[in-house]
Amino acid sequence: MQNKNNKMKLLVPLVSVFLGLLIGGIIMLVSGYKPIEAYVALFQGMFGGPYYIGETIRQMSPLILSGLAVAFAFRTGLFNIGVEGQLLVGWLAAVYVGVTVDAPAIVHIPLAILAAALAGALWGAVPGILKARFKVHEVITTIMMNYIALYTTNEIIRSFLLAPGERTENVKESASLASPFLQSITEYSTLHYGIIVALIAAVIMWFLLWRTTMGYELRAVGFNQHASQYAGINVSKNIVLSMAISGAFAGIAGSMEGLGTYQYMTINAAFTGVGFDGIAVALLGANSAIGVVLGAALFGGLKIGALNMQSIAGVPTELVGVVIALIIFFVACSYIVHWLMNRVSKGGKI
Amino acid sequence: MSFMDILALIIPAAIVSAAPLIFTALGGVFSERSGVVNIGLEGLMLFGAFTGAVTIYYGEQLGLNGAAPWVSFIVAMIVGAMLASIHALASITLKADQVVSGVALNFLAAGLAIFLTKKIFNAGQTPVISERISKSDIPFLSDIPLIGKLFFSNAYLTSYVAVGVALIVWYVLYKTPFGLRLRSVGEHPMAADTMGINVTKVRYIGVLLSGALAGLGGAVYVASISGNFTHSTITGQGFMALAAMIFGKWHPLGALGAALFFGLAQAISISGSHIPFLQDIPKVFLLIAPYVLTILALAGLVGRADAPKALGTPYEKGKR
Repeated sequence: MQNKNNKMKLLVPLVSVFLGLLIGGIIMLVSGYKPIEAYVALFQGMFGGPYYIGETIRQMSPLILSGLAVAFAFRTGLFNIGVEGQLLVGWLAAVYVGVTVDAPAIVHIPLAILAAALAGALWGAVPGILKARFKVHEVITTIMMNYIALYTTNEIIRSFLLAPGERTENVKESASLASPFLQSITEYSTLHYGIIVALIAAVIMWFLLWRTTMGYELRAVGFNQHASQYAGINVSKNIVLSMAISGAFAGIAGSMEGLGTYQYMTINAAFTGVGFDGIAVALLGANSAIGVVLGAALFGGLKIGALNMQSIAGVPTELVGVVIALIIFFVACSYIVHWLMNRVSKGGKI
Repeated sequence: MSFMDILALIIPAAIVSAAPLIFTALGGVFSERSGVVNIGLEGLMLFGAFTGAVTIYYGEQLGLNGAAPWVSFIVAMIVGAMLASIHALASITLKADQVVSGVALNFLAAGLAIFLTKKIFNAGQTPVISERISKSDIPFLSDIPLIGKLFFSNAYLTSYVAVGVALIVWYVLYKTPFGLRLRSVGEHPMAADTMGINVTKVRYIGVLLSGALAGLGGAVYVASISGNFTHSTITGQGFMALAAMIFGKWHPLGALGAALFFGLAQAISISGSHIPFLQDIPKVFLLIAPYVLTILALAGLVGRADAPKALGTPYEKGKR
């Protein structure tokens, strides 16, 4: 049984990715593009050389963290759609510390990342408290908190941190994750040290969930709230805790943008999309740390490869968004895959 | 600036920005009352806006003139229902997580709409339409002293259609057998099933209606407010409509009131800088007001809001 479950865990994402790409190809064919040429360009743009690999890894770092954020909350039975907002407040906190504090890099970088984690945790805890105390569904509150974060961070930048060009100042060099070394070995891509932070975070998530009492309680609440309550687990506390930790991962994802990729924060007219992509990453990765890293590699790569696909095969980059949406649909509909597998394993009797 | 002048500035603007929200929120009422969460309203509205912009553009080319927007509304409703059928298939028949399916629908709609825009027009946005819904005074009603100037003059016809549709939805939900069935399926599907109601069919109808109304909301937004479709035409209006539906306690007239109120907040945030006593309030408070109010409403601080009992759970025959 255990063995079969593991097989299914691997099979569902693989089949989903395949079907997503297949239908993406059909859409291209129908709209008069050349799907084979486009996919070759897409995959070359993902890892067809040091520069592309560097860009893909850079894109992965925030995606891993936002995926971990969604996955962590999922494990406690919570759906955190608010990663986007938690990411924005984390981004702002990291840049604020990066711009205003003076410290050597060894202190400055961890301090900025910690500030981002704290901001994200606070932003994530609010829906957690509302859920624990007032039984308000977290999906709605997190969506609302996203918009509050978007408008509030913009207003704070406008009022306190504005530099020419609708953005903040650059963070000080001592807070920057930029790495001339990583850039030079990847033919001057924008790769930075953020990927190390993201991978450490993935290990932390695995450790918290599977090797600590806290993680056991969190997962127990995710499986069955009533049973956990009966067993003496404080469900309310765990809901708030789970949302706060999830928010902390999301906040660190924001610091990747603030300290690594951009080195500043802009006034955002719309969401970055990284938080929403985190949902896709977590679903594809079946909410496990290793799955999230692999999912982020695929979706991060697709996003980067899309640029090459557009310039070589002329296919608009948005096709990748469609493919990702289709993949989520298929993963979400895994019921049908399970159902079919069950029927087949019973000797084809339907 | 007298108080009446201020009202004359804000209220028509509020009614204009509310219309697309009203349609979309009413769509949400249909879906959620039948027990299916519809986070996909945003994507459905977005695709409706795209369909509306494209249909009006080609309608103009074909010489439909003033009728083009109205034709586009019908097309957007059909396309919206078709797109929603994916959500219905996934969440009702295949028993996918309704929230996940809705999120995927948002991704799909956004990706597909801009992909097609680039394919058809070779640009990131559709051409600006010239046949918009025109502003007009309602005969007789606009001559009423005080109220006439505020509510019935210089406004879009679509806004009144929106109010009319809200009344129709209320009638359908609370005064017809179909409405009773729809609500019962959302509250207790098993009891409904036992009484011979086809749960799957009723839920499909609920979701398809929500797609049609959200599509209409998007097309109305293009025809009355934005004038074309770009990647930033619909950014959050669908979620705001979802908020309006919840703030309105899953009731059509409540949703109507909430959408009008959110429209008012938007109108004030746009024209607040011209108004003496609102100048000093930072714009950000007006921008976040709808969202903060929705959270407070849900927390029971603005009266208890209870969702339909079976909301979000797929129905499985024979399951206890």
